[in-house]
Amino acid sequence: MAFVRRFLSRPTTLFGLAVFLLIVAIALGAPLLFSRGPFSIVGMPLLPPGAPGLLAGSDVLGRDMAVGLAYGARISLLVGIASTVCAAGIGVLLGAVAGYYGGWVDDLLMRVTEFFQIIPSFVLLMVLVAFMQPSLTSTVIGIALVTWPQVARVVRGEFLSLKTREFVQAARVLGMRDSAIIATQILPNALPPIVVVSSMMVGSAILTESALSFLGLGDPNLLSWGSMIGGSRSAMWVAWWTSVLPGLCIVVTVLALNFIGDGLNDALNPRGRC
Amino acid sequence: MKLRYLVARLVKAALVVIAVVLLSFFLIRLAPGDAATVMAGQSGYADEAFMKSLRAEYGLDQPLPVQLWKYVKAVAHGDLGTSYVRRQPVATVILERLPNTLLLDAFALLVAAGGGIWLGGMAARRPGSAGDSAVTVLSMLFYAVPQFWLGMMMVLVFAVWLAWLPPFGIETMGADYTGLARLGDVAQHMILPGVTLALYFLASYARLTRAAMVEVADQDFVKTARAKGLSERQVARRHILRNALLPLITYAGLQASILVGGSVLVENVFSWPGIGTLAFEAVQGRDNPLLLGIFIVTAILVCLFNLITDIAYSLADPRVELG
Repeated sequence: MAFVRRFLSRPTTLFGLAVFLLIVAIALGAPLLFSRGPFSIVGMPLLPPGAPGLLAGSDVLGRDMAVGLAYGARISLLVGIASTVCAAGIGVLLGAVAGYYGGWVDDLLMRVTEFFQIIPSFVLLMVLVAFMQPSLTSTVIGIALVTWPQVARVVRGEFLSLKTREFVQAARVLGMRDSAIIATQILPNALPPIVVVSSMMVGSAILTESALSFLGLGDPNLLSWGSMIGGSRSAMWVAWWTSVLPGLCIVVTVLALNFIGDGLNDALNPRGRC
Repeated sequence: MKLRYLVARLVKAALVVIAVVLLSFFLIRLAPGDAATVMAGQSGYADEAFMKSLRAEYGLDQPLPVQLWKYVKAVAHGDLGTSYVRRQPVATVILERLPNTLLLDAFALLVAAGGGIWLGGMAARRPGSAGDSAVTVLSMLFYAVPQFWLGMMMVLVFAVWLAWLPPFGIETMGADYTGLARLGDVAQHMILPGVTLALYFLASYARLTRAAMVEVADQDFVKTARAKGLSERQVARRHILRNALLPLITYAGLQASILVGGSVLVENVFSWPGIGTLAFEAVQGRDNPLLLGIFIVTAILVCLFNLITDIAYSLADPRVELG
């Protein structure tokens, strides 16, 4: 309970949480809120916000911007969360093995994470997605493939320090297998920093997804905030709302997620380790 | 001892480049179909015999290790393949655009470092002041703003609404300026994309400078400097700032890969004719060799930049002996 109280003690965290829940509600409720799909054309193109029946105006093709924004929330959240879960899975597995066993496995992993830190990962991501063909799946896999080293580093560090502790030695004396020690003894103790790092990654994954979609590397069958901005470039001069509104949605969502991440960091690492 | 440090860094950079080339070789296999299917598709004609001759011609029928060796040898000779769309060697196309990207990135780095150190220094001198909190809020905000969207907002405000600066391109089309006039024209076009690219880093430089200065200000040699009667200004500049700048050099190296990713997006927003817009053209035209070539070249560039910052750090900090 002390954790929950600490977590909710910061006003920015509360704000982030409230905004995040609102966005989740809009994303889940999009089909209930609007009878039309995001691709259906409802009227003249480039009608300003506030035109009859159009809360957020219409876009270049005369589609309802409000519907697009609501459905765009689904893509952003889905990609943000799914790619983070995948990256965390790979990172935890490899980081745990490297930290627990040390030696050449550890050396190899550290070289790999350094490699990912040095190379231009967004360009690599463009190559990955383009070569796999742009789709929701390739976006998620691509983002996970370039971000897992962040998790692996943190997990490795935790495992390095935890494996020397008495409770781990006790488990070993009791005859527990390595896999059981890793999964049931060390991992639960290493969870707080993993949660903090992952929460920070959701926001950056959303930013990355929007950048890919903006460049035309998103799923062509889905409307996302990034692709809405990309599609509005020709209309920017005459219809500011087509580019401003989806961008604001991204900023607010990522800001909310970063606030939540900061709150988790404070609550889980009272001494500010992360 | 310093020599050993430099050699170690050099070897590391070389290993990264080799790893990039190996990775690229396997990435090619990620795309559906091989080069023969792509070429056959473009010629609009393909039967089994033709495909077979194509594969033989490009060595695609040979065992994987042989193909890998050939690929590595080609890349080492600067041969990155042929662009499908441009029908020119990939290396030529990239080298043509490279100077523009380097110009933009260098300008952005300069703005970010200059502005960030200045802001961070102000914030550190008066911790808790309005300026200090402004730096924190701004950096929070810039971490959440998509760079390409920030660029579009810059265009909207400074080019469309205020009409102060040109919205896109590297120079005024058809103006045919020469000499100083041309330089001024390019500089004017560089402001919006450069500042857009710089803002993200400016915020983090400001935070880093602030943190480092607060830490250094607490150390004994600063007290000594004050005790011997130096003015606050001299203490801040000569003693605190100089020592606080060291971590910034390393940070600039670490951020180089992010700078490259950012410039791909920003170049596209502002139609800046660099490698970033080239990458977009490669995506649009499904020009896989070109896209892969851009990955290899940018990776090598970032490695070089990292090497330079490592050397700069070892020169700036006499304590560095081993990595």
